[in-house]
This record gives sequence, structure tokens and C-alpha cells, in this order.
Amino acid sequence: MGEKIVAVIATLRTALTAVALMLIGIGSATAQGSVVVYCGVDEAWCRAMTTTYEKQTGVHVDMTRQSAGEIYARLRAEKENPRGDIWWGGTGDPHLQAADEGLTEEYKSAMLPQLQDWAQRQAERSKFRTVGIYLGALGFGYNKEELARRKLAAPACWSDLVKPEFKGEVQMADPNSSGTAWTTLATILQLMGEEPGFAYLKKLHANINEYTKAGAAPAQSAGKGETLIGIAFQHDVIDVAKRNFPVQVVSPCEGTGYEIGSQSIIKGARHPEQARKFYDWALTVDAQKIGAANRSYQIPSNAAAPIPPEAPDLSKIKLIEYDFAKYGSSAVRVAVLGRWSAEVKNAPR
Amino acid sequence: MERRSEERAALTGSGVIGAQQQEAGLSRAWVAFGVFALAVLPWYGLETPMASVLGWRAEAAPALFQGRSWLLPLGIPLVMALTGRPGFLMAAGVCGLAWMLGEGVVIGPRGAGLTQPAMGWGAAAYALCCAALASIGLARRGWCRGDVFVVGSLLTVLGLILLFVGYPVVRILKSAFESNDGGFAPALFAQKFFSAGIWGLDCLDGGKACGVAWNTLAEAMLVGVLATGLGLAFALVAVRTQLPFRPLVRLLSLLPVITPPFVIGLALILLFGRVGVVTNFLGEYFGIPRTRWIYGMAGITIAQVLAFTPIAFLVLSGVLAAVSPSLEEAAQTLRAGRWHVFRTVTWPLIRPGLANAFLISFIESLADFANPLMLGGNFNVLATDIFFAVVGAAHDQGRAAVLALVLLVFTLTAFLAQRAWTGSRSYATVTGKGDSGLSAPLPKALRLACLSVVLPWLVLTIVVYAIILGGGFVVTFGRDYTPTLHYLLTAFSIDHGVGGWFLSGSGWRSFITTMELAAIATPVTAALGLLTAYLLNRQSFAGKSTFEFLAMMSFAIPGTVIGISYILAFNVPPVELTGTGVIIIISFVFRNMPVGIRAGMASLAQIDRSLDEASMTLRARSFRTLRLVILPILRPAIITAMVYSFVRAVTTVSAVIFLVSGEYNLSTVYIVGRADVGEYGVALVYSAVLIVVMAAVLVGISTLVGRQQIGRRGMLGAAPASEMV
Repeated sequence: MGEKIVAVIATLRTALTAVALMLIGIGSATAQGSVVVYCGVDEAWCRAMTTTYEKQTGVHVDMTRQSAGEIYARLRAEKENPRGDIWWGGTGDPHLQAADEGLTEEYKSAMLPQLQDWAQRQAERSKFRTVGIYLGALGFGYNKEELARRKLAAPACWSDLVKPEFKGEVQMADPNSSGTAWTTLATILQLMGEEPGFAYLKKLHANINEYTKAGAAPAQSAGKGETLIGIAFQHDVIDVAKRNFPVQVVSPCEGTGYEIGSQSIIKGARHPEQARKFYDWALTVDAQKIGAANRSYQIPSNAAAPIPPEAPDLSKIKLIEYDFAKYGSSAVRVAVLGRWSAEVKNAPR
Repeated sequence: MERRSEERAALTGSGVIGAQQQEAGLSRAWVAFGVFALAVLPWYGLETPMASVLGWRAEAAPALFQGRSWLLPLGIPLVMALTGRPGFLMAAGVCGLAWMLGEGVVIGPRGAGLTQPAMGWGAAAYALCCAALASIGLARRGWCRGDVFVVGSLLTVLGLILLFVGYPVVRILKSAFESNDGGFAPALFAQKFFSAGIWGLDCLDGGKACGVAWNTLAEAMLVGVLATGLGLAFALVAVRTQLPFRPLVRLLSLLPVITPPFVIGLALILLFGRVGVVTNFLGEYFGIPRTRWIYGMAGITIAQVLAFTPIAFLVLSGVLAAVSPSLEEAAQTLRAGRWHVFRTVTWPLIRPGLANAFLISFIESLADFANPLMLGGNFNVLATDIFFAVVGAAHDQGRAAVLALVLLVFTLTAFLAQRAWTGSRSYATVTGKGDSGLSAPLPKALRLACLSVVLPWLVLTIVVYAIILGGGFVVTFGRDYTPTLHYLLTAFSIDHGVGGWFLSGSGWRSFITTMELAAIATPVTAALGLLTAYLLNRQSFAGKSTFEFLAMMSFAIPGTVIGISYILAFNVPPVELTGTGVIIIISFVFRNMPVGIRAGMASLAQIDRSLDEASMTLRARSFRTLRLVILPILRPAIITAMVYSFVRAVTTVSAVIFLVSGEYNLSTVYIVGRADVGEYGVALVYSAVLIVVMAAVLVGISTLVGRQQIGRRGMLGAAPASEMV
């Protein structure tokens, strides 16, 4: 009799719990635990990472996709009370900045020795608060049809972009709002030196039709023909080209800068153990193959991971010695952006 | 004896002895509820509410078993309330709330000493209990004619508005005065507030760009004037002519309400962009050079006028219909010509309507976020600048708060102007008396002018909607018109797998979440809105106009400002909501509540108070009167409020773009994301699906419910209510 009552109560309790769970919409409390991921790359890639990890481990992944800038803003807003566990993907500067401000946690993964040099250097720079997961080189793309229609020579170098025939035909993002454009600015200054660099940017300004808000927008516009040339990361241009738009990617002849897409564990994470497991997994060969399968053609950081055939060939790209310490610091950033806004952006065309 | 005094009391509407006995029971019931809140409900955490009661997790234990000593005094007010004396009840409510808020603010989530997580369901229930106890006390002191229900709803609505509208706005103000590391920095505020980026006037004397505040104001002025003018032309055509396409005008005026805001911008790019269809055509056959004119003020203006003209039209057609023909007939009998009648009789009567329409489109344009996002080019406005100040590489929350403040000042000023304008003047000419004349026909020149504006605009609207509905079903709009279902299947395919049928499309999750959250928010919005309308229209109390202002204010707060203020206000304990579905529902409710209030006020104004009085004389108290007398008559208004708040919740983007999370992503944010990476096909298909679903909801509800008619008053009430949709 007593057992019966216990059984009934147990059943009721289960039923009630189930109803409550359904009502509140929480089916996440699985036995394997869960991890909250802020994902800073393309939606499809984020989703594929999530589902693959869930399939392989049974851990529930609660993923939010936002741009690196949005995630950084979120970490700062949530500083007192972090809700995310791991920030995976997105350009390296905000990761470094977050590391600098103590928003992220130090962690030395056992996977570190397997990584490419540039990825390990990223970790050392941040005192192991972040690590490189992919590399993307800067460049530009031009619309082949529009170029042919106007019978112009294809641009191959940064210096081609300031030619008078491209007046009103070049698009780049606004470095005040886009990490990609900030990389562009820093690249030009490192390549040419501070003063000649600004002289170049002023000349370029005469050819710019719009400073877009989002970093990948110029690549999109070039693909659609809304602009002739768009300055963006090469993998973004390749992605547009793979969607059957007549756009050609160019790696500038003078050399070019790059970003190191990174991941960091958030300080005060609610599931630190799970965050570290995801972190390690994301550095494995298997996990790093997922990007190319989902149209993201960056170069993976695990030295053993295959480089996607579509990715820009690193041996043919001249990468500059990018000074992440200098151009990642807030002070330099504020100064350079201030000067750029005052002298370049607001100058008459 | 007792009975007679009761009757007298009922007639005069003051306290009743029997009711007092009832209320003693009531206060005890609320005390019991308070005990339940403290001893059974989980005190902390909204995330795993019911599950944690059953599972009895340590952190989610009820307040009394938390082992946190500062929670124990919360029981004292309940003991005080047991005495049942009015003074004690009031004190109990006030002290309970004060202690709860005090300990919540003082003891944070982190720190060296005492810590505690964010408040949960127990805390919410306890707050409700305190409000109820205080209201019983106040009512017994004779507030609001001793009506507990009225006092209680008043306090509850006021508390909710203060928490979810007032507090976030205050938080923005505070943030505007802070430096990035949290210190008080008035100098920095002044520097940010008066920066050239906001107020610069460089564009007047050279090629440089003007400050973003001037851009926004100029844009809003232009859109306000154009939308009002077009709206008037449409209204004249629809109300004062017999042209065959009048029903089409009405139909098209509904469309923008159910259109996700940014798709109009998307369609305009596909038409007029540098490789748009129209541009291609003009370039190939007429040699007109391709330019990027659509990106900037021109494009934003067209998109916003497309979106807001229907609102102006609805306002003005209502005003025009309310101009009594008898006045115009009188003028005609005095031998005034058509033009003279229009100029001296009709025009002055619709002038306040014009001002109203202008101010509404002005506010909408100020607050518009999606169109400038799509079409802005190098032309910046406040709403998008706020967004990019938060998410851009600059990461300047302080600047975002300052920009939000400027925008808020603009919209609130326009809102106050609108209230002052419409509140103080009455131009109603339709009276209850016989009014069966015919309106004067329009002057010929005016008629032609209206048609020459209306017809091209109609064509543009139809083309834009054709692109929105059909653009997602061709391979690449503008380049390759092969029909395809690829995008539809990407977003909304259903597959058959091992576990049976499942939704494999990428859009399903956000779609279902959106429908769920909007469906939860809808009845809450309507209930709260109508309750507020009832309080405003039927009850009198001190500070009523302030209360009304607060309630309607959220209508004038731009979505971007709401979004950022909610992040600032509700990310940290004591009230922690970010990342939950609750915060999205709350933003829906408080953004759309003014619509419910307006619909309710309009209908209530048409129901004679004698009905309430009759019910009161029969000794029904206010809640019973509301339930049995007023609510049934209000049915059309309820439906209007519900439909409108549902539709607005589904189509909003500006507020929720800050609030979505992985678990709770919304359709509009998903579509913006797709458009952002250039997947126009998926974005268009998804928008088309949303528009169709929403249209089905509109049509479905109106056929299901039909037009409610209660005598002649009901018919009068039903007409304006259904027009509001």
C-alpha cells in the first residue's frame, strides 16, 4: 500500500516535472551537462559546430551567434554576472582586448603544441587567455562582369585602388564599427608607415563610395555589382564567389595583413569544466574540418588539419609582420581611429 | 438595519460593512499567499522555476529555507498584516516591498561578503502579495471609493510600468553619465553630448557630413511631411471619391502593418540599386548612368514613406469621415464653390488631424531602425548609430547611452506635442443628431493632383510587394529568373528521418519561438492595456494624468533605446532577465501596451457610464461590473488590441535584436542576419511566409469572431476599432 502511494507520488512528480519543463521550454538539463557558446563566425559554421559537438558528446550546446564586436560588448555588459561559458570564433582583436581587461580566463590546453606557430603566438600574447583557431588574410574582390563592361584593367595591388578610373568604385567597411576595416587600416599603416599610410588612405577616400557598417558587406556588394571593388577578408570574397557571383579575389601584391580568429573561456563561466572540454575539442583536427564543409574557407590552426582547397594559398600570399600588440591596444586604436575619422572620413571627396 | 446602511453605502459608493468583513478574509488570503511565496516557491532564479520546486535544488530553495538571514525579516510584514487593521496592512505592504528591494540592491551577486543570485518566482509572488496588502489597506482608508480591485490594479500596473519602463530609462540616464569603467563623469558626458559627431553643422558649408542628430531630424521632418501629404491624398481618394480602386487602397494600407520592417528596404535595393532591375533597364535602353543614389537619405525616405503613409492614411481617413457633411452643405447653399468649401470648411476641420498624422510619422521615422540599417549608406541616423556604438569596433556603451538620450528627447518632445495638440482641441462635428447629408465633391484640380500622386505610388507599392512575395522563388532576383523552391526548402523543409517527421529547415526554430513568445505576450498585453484604459477612463484618482503619461510613454521610446536599456537594467541581480524568453515577452508587452490602452479608451468613451452606475446600484463591485458589463461590450477593442499586439510583436526588430539569445532567437533577427550575409533569397522567402501567416491570422480572427454588435452603441464602437487594425 505504502509502496503504491510512493509510486503514485513519484509518477505525479515526474509528470509534473515534465509539464513544468515543457511549459518553461527547458529540455536542456541532460545528464551530460550543457555549455553556453557565444559563436562569432558565420551562422552555418556555428550551427554545424554545435550539432557535431552535441552528437559526439551528448552535451547540450546553447549557442548564440553574434559578431565579434557584439560578443565583446555582451561580455562587458555581463561582466558582473557572466552567462556565457566560451567565446568561440571571431576576429582576434576583441579577444585580445577582452584578455587585456580580464574578461576571459587563463587556460593552457594540452592541444597547444599541435597548433601552428601563429596560433600559439596568439596564446602567448594574451598570457594564454585566448588561442588562435583559424587565420584569414585580408584582400579585396572585384566584380568581373562590371570590370569587363567598363573595359578596365584588373586591380592587383593596394596601389591600384587609388587610380582615378576607380573613382566611386571602391567599398570598405568603417573601421569605427568593423574589425575587418580596422585590420585594413592597421595593415596599410604597417605596410607603408604612418604618414605615407595616411596619405594613401586620403587618396583612397576619393575612390570610396561607401563605408559600410559590417565587415563582410563590401564583399557582398562586389559580388552583386553594387560596387566594383570591395575590400574584405579573402575568405569572405571566396564565399561570395562560391555562391555563383562573378567576383574575383585578389591578394594585394605589396603584401597584406590578417586576422587570427580566436576562442576564449569566459571568466566566471557557469560551466567551466564543460567550457574547457569544448575548447580542447575545437582545437582537434576533426572539429577544424567543419569550417570548410560549411563554406568558411579560413586556414585552420591545427597543423594537422587539411587546408581547404578553396582557401587562399598561403604560399602565394605575402603576409606582413602584423604587430598585434601595438594595433590591439586601446590607446593606439583610439588615436588612429580619431585621426582617420577627422582627416579621412570627413574630408570632402 | 445593517442592510439598509449597506444599501445606502452601495448607492453612495463608499465603504460597506459587509465588504469589510469580506476584505478581512481577503487580506488573510493574501497573507497565506505571501507565506506560500516565502515558504514554497523558489526565491532565486527564473530559469528553472517549477522544476526546481519539485527537484528541491539548494540555490532555488524558498526564502525561509535559504539560510540567508536577511531574507527572514520578510516574514514580519505578513504577521503585521494578520491584524487586519488598515494602517498595519499599508505598513506591511510598504515595509515588505522596501525591505525586499533594499536587500536586493545592497547584496549583489559577487563580492567579498554576502552574495545572492537574482530574484525569482518567489520574490515576484511576494511583491505581488505586498502590493495587494497595501491596496487593501489603502482601500479601507477610503481610496478610490474603497474599492480594493481598483486600488490593487492601479498599484500593480504602476509598479510594472515603473519597473519595466521607468527603471530602464533611468538606467540609460545613469549610464550616459558614467565613464567606461563605471565612475561618475559629468565632464565626459558633456563632451560626448555636445560632440561634433552629434551636433556638427559642417554640411552647410562644404562637403562634410552633418551631425547625426541633424540628419535624424531632417529625415524625420521630410518623411513626416511626405507621409502626411500622401496619406491625405489617399484619404481624399478613399473617402471623397467613387473610384473603383478604393478597396485596393484600404487593402494596401493594411500591408505595411504585417510587413517585417526591413524587407521594404531590401526590395528597394533589388529595384533601384546599382544593379537593380529598374537601374538595369534605364541603363541599357536609355544610357542613364548607374549610380548609388538609393543608398542614403533618398532611399531611407522612400522606404519610410512607403512604410508610414498607411498610418497617416488611417488617421486622416478617420478624420475626414468625421467631418460632418452638413457643414459643407451649409457652405454650398451659401453659394460657395467646391474649392472655396474645401479651403474654408473642410481644410480647417482636418488641420488637427494633419498635425497628428505628421507627428506620428515623425516619431515613427525617428525610431525606425531597420530601413536605415539596409539603406543608410554614408547617411547616419541616431537609431542605427546607437546600435553600432554598442556592437561596433568602438564598443562605447556610454556613447550609445548618450545617443539614446538625444533620441529619447526628440521622440518624447514630439510625443508631448502630439498630446498637447490632440488633447486640447475638439473638432468633432458628427453628433448624435440627424446627419445624412452628402459630402461636397472634391475640387477638380485637387482631385487630379491626388490621383497623380496616388496612382504611381500604388504601382510602386504593388511592385515592392510583388518582389517581397515572389523574389524568394527565383534563383537570383535581377540576374536569373528560373523558378526555384530551394530557398523555401532551406528555411522551411520538413524531413522524414529515423525518429519520424521532423522540421529540418533552418528557419523553423526562430519561427516557432517567435510565434510562441508573441502568443504568450498577446493576451497579457491586451489585458494590461485594457485594464489601464479602464482605470484611466472610469476611475478618478490623484496623479491620473502623470499615470497616463507614464503608461503611454513607452510608445514613444524607440526600440533600439528599449533594447539597450533592457540590457543595462536587467542583466544583473536583483532583476536578471537577459538571455531568457521572459525579457522578450516583457519587451513585447510594454512596447505594445499603449495600443491596447488607446483601443480601450476609444471604446470605453463610447459606453455610457450609466451602465456602470446601474450595475453598481445593483451592488456589484467594480470587478464584477468590469467582468459582466464592460468586458462583453469591449470585445471589438479586445480583439483589436490582441491582433495588433500579436502582429507588432512578430514584426518588431529594433528592440529584440539586443535581447535574443541562442535559445530564443526571433524571425526578424534571423532574417536581418540572412540579409546581412547576402542570402536575399532566404530572407525574402521567410518574410513572405511571415506576411502570409500574419494575413491569415488577421483574416482568421475577423471571420471567426465576426463583428460584434450590441445595440446601436456597439455598432458605433465596432467601426473605429476595426479600422485601427
